[in-house]
Amino acid sequence: MSLLITGATLLDQNGRRGGALRIEDGAITEVGENLESIDGDDLIDASGLVVSPGFVDLHTHLREPGREEAETIETGSRAAALGGYTAVVAMPNTDPTQDCVSVVEFVRRQGQAAGLCDVHPSASITVGRAGTQLTPFAELAAAGVKLFTDDGNGVQDPLLMRRAFEYALGLDVTMAQHCEVERLTGGAVMHEGDCCSHLGLPGWPSLAEELMVHRDIELVRLTGAPAHFLHLSTSRSVELVRMAKADGLPVTAEATPHHISLTDELLRSYSAIYKVNPPLRTMDDVEAVREGLLDGTIDALATDHAPHVSESKEQPLDQAPPGMLGLETALGVAIAHLDTDLATVVGALSWKPAAIAGIGDAHGRPIEAGEPANLTVFDPTEEWEVVPARLASKSRNTPYVGVPLRGKVKHTILNGVPTVKDGVAQK
Amino acid sequence: MSRSLLSIEELGTAGVQRILDLADTMAEVNRRPNPKVPALRGKTVCSVFFEDSTRTRLSFETAAKRLSADTMTFAVSQSSLNKGESLRDTIETIAAMGVDAFVIRHKSTGAPWLVDGWTNAAVINAGDGWHSHPTQGLLDTYTVRTALNRPDGFDGLRVAIVGDIKHSRVARSTTAAFTALGADVTWVAPRTLLPPVVHEHVENDIDAVLDRDGGVDVLYMLRMQQERMNEALVPNLREYTARFGLTPERAARLAPHTLVMHPGPMNRGVEVAVDPAELPGALITQQVTNGIAVRMAVLFDLLSAESPEQSLTEGPTT
Amino acid sequence: MADKRVLTPDDVRRATTRMAHEIIERNQGLDGVVLIGIQTGGVWLADALGSEIARIGESIHVGSIDASLYRDDIGLRPVSPAAVSDVGGDVDGATIVLVDDVLFTGRTVRAALDALGDYGRPKAVQLAVLVDRGHRELPIRPDYVGKNLPTSGDETVTVTVDGVVIS
Repeated sequence: MSLLITGATLLDQNGRRGGALRIEDGAITEVGENLESIDGDDLIDASGLVVSPGFVDLHTHLREPGREEAETIETGSRAAALGGYTAVVAMPNTDPTQDCVSVVEFVRRQGQAAGLCDVHPSASITVGRAGTQLTPFAELAAAGVKLFTDDGNGVQDPLLMRRAFEYALGLDVTMAQHCEVERLTGGAVMHEGDCCSHLGLPGWPSLAEELMVHRDIELVRLTGAPAHFLHLSTSRSVELVRMAKADGLPVTAEATPHHISLTDELLRSYSAIYKVNPPLRTMDDVEAVREGLLDGTIDALATDHAPHVSESKEQPLDQAPPGMLGLETALGVAIAHLDTDLATVVGALSWKPAAIAGIGDAHGRPIEAGEPANLTVFDPTEEWEVVPARLASKSRNTPYVGVPLRGKVKHTILNGVPTVKDGVAQK
Repeated sequence: MSRSLLSIEELGTAGVQRILDLADTMAEVNRRPNPKVPALRGKTVCSVFFEDSTRTRLSFETAAKRLSADTMTFAVSQSSLNKGESLRDTIETIAAMGVDAFVIRHKSTGAPWLVDGWTNAAVINAGDGWHSHPTQGLLDTYTVRTALNRPDGFDGLRVAIVGDIKHSRVARSTTAAFTALGADVTWVAPRTLLPPVVHEHVENDIDAVLDRDGGVDVLYMLRMQQERMNEALVPNLREYTARFGLTPERAARLAPHTLVMHPGPMNRGVEVAVDPAELPGALITQQVTNGIAVRMAVLFDLLSAESPEQSLTEGPTT
Repeated sequence: MADKRVLTPDDVRRATTRMAHEIIERNQGLDGVVLIGIQTGGVWLADALGSEIARIGESIHVGSIDASLYRDDIGLRPVSPAAVSDVGGDVDGATIVLVDDVLFTGRTVRAALDALGDYGRPKAVQLAVLVDRGHRELPIRPDYVGKNLPTSGDETVTVTVDGVVIS
């Protein structure tokens, strides 16, 4: 039995064209302008819709194991599928930490059991993300880990980070850094600027991010090992990465949907829904991050999907944990807030993160016969608003209530099988 | 829905004037042999202090009692918060006992706004984090207004607030209140004790304001906390006093019209190194006295508001 | 409802003069007598009575009292004090003549009596009003009345030096 998609606009790294495609046994078997339906074909009429390679999220907190009240690998995978994702990189700040093969394997197996998207576990750089002892990179790489990060924290010790880069050489893995010099952000609740001055809250200065971006760029220059910068949020960080790329250094970077759409002014509501790390910054920073995405300095849009139960987000700003949901709204935010062509948006959501995640053989592939059928079908013009109660995520901490979004995922196809059809998760 | 007092900014200039006018009436009540009126009989005011402040709590509770309201105190140290109950559950539980106003002190910026969203009772912010302490701003401006007999505003009045502005909700609310009434406020502090972004006029030492032509009309000294030394914000208290303290030498140079204020409790020998009783312009005890009248005004302003379900506006008024 | 002028400025002046004479006559010598106007409508009338008494050749202390904080309708309608009370001297042992423009339900006078009690223990309290419009809801009666004016409960009586108007 095959699946036939007709009347679509096909959009991939090779451009944009009208067409149809047939999927059989998990792969694209035929692409053409018009394909005839055969008896028994499943049909998707994609008139007015765009078919693109499936989205890949470099930065998803699935919370399992350890915080299953906020999210599980199953609920997070469902949210991912509804957001158009066929693969996500699971962040390692679980409990226990993804710092050894057994936990990494557990996460991978739970992802396979859910069967809603490919779950690729990352692993921590240091044991327990404590910043003192390296995890067994080679053993974890052999278990399929491509990205290493202590996300939630940056690796503070410059010597340890130098060793991490050096030891990673030859293992085909990438160090992904959460850039935050913690001595400069102690107790910080929000961006250090006008708004935090008024609210009397300890500030998270842009400098704390930029110093570590700069440190790691220089370590990359020294060691030759690649680095990926997580959730860049400041204008100067973008500029530093731009210069590093101009120097030909092997660095990549991501930014989140919230850092291209929201500013620190929202904290004047005193609602911890807007508390996130790194914090929402100024409009100047938002514009610089958008510009970075448009000119390719920032490779990928990554959600930093961070579910938290309502009780914890109802606490005062300084006590609530940082983080916001992102998987189900990323496309709608990206199209609404990036003034660019659709190929740039989809590239940042699909083939570019697929390459950084080291899964470019299965995801983010061109739409051609013989390629794996991991695809997203979306309406690029539909305007919609998020309804928290209808989210598939177990948590409700979306900052986009009442914010107009543009672009909605209709179908998601994982290994040839729809995980989402007509906006509805298939399991 | 009751009204609440959360910040000077939300109260606005007209609101500040209204409260200060009302405070005149309350101050007259306090001067009587029996300083108590039946205005808020049957109303219940609950003070919920998540941070210790005996003087502010006593001031509010005295104010409530002089208006004949019933008072309850929720002492956090003995409370279920130690058993993991959330702020929201705590507030909703107390509210269910029948409370007309909450007086909230909390170490977290914004906590009173959250509480206001969870209850129909009036909420009075008695200090949140480093953010806001509106009744302090009101009592400070009321104290200057009565001392100078300037009920119509402070156009041209020169106020200098000296010390740890960054960590001070008093500085923020008092600045907002003086500014709302037309005064010019200068902040006097080293850069380490200022917020990251400053819109006010700033001086780097106290002599710069004392030596200005005409001096300064109000010299407002903030409390300097010992723990700031540990954060490398100032090198030591001796240097702080030398650069920012009201020393005997500076006290002798004060213009005769300069009023000296302090929110208390005072660190004698640090920010104020003279006996305030010997300063002719000191208003420090008046601030404490006026705190009660101002808080009575705030309580009456919020709790005398019409409740829609009982409105008698159709009926006779005399 | 059309406005109806029931007292002219001259009527008000004559009534005030008559009440001043009555106050002097009833309180021989005015020793220890204080006129206290109830905020807001009674204040100008107390001043007018004080001036009238002075014109007659006697002297009297005049004060004012704001009874807002003693009202029984706080929370039922907007109530806000109009001015700081100044009872004009020692209340203990004094004879107080409370002054108001219109006597209606009696609730304002009740509030003023309570307020007065918090300043001391007067020897006696009397009540002077320019207009008594009836409809009492409390056992209160005036000692000096400018004009008895039958009204219906839903009418409004406005009193100024320019006269009395029913609307």
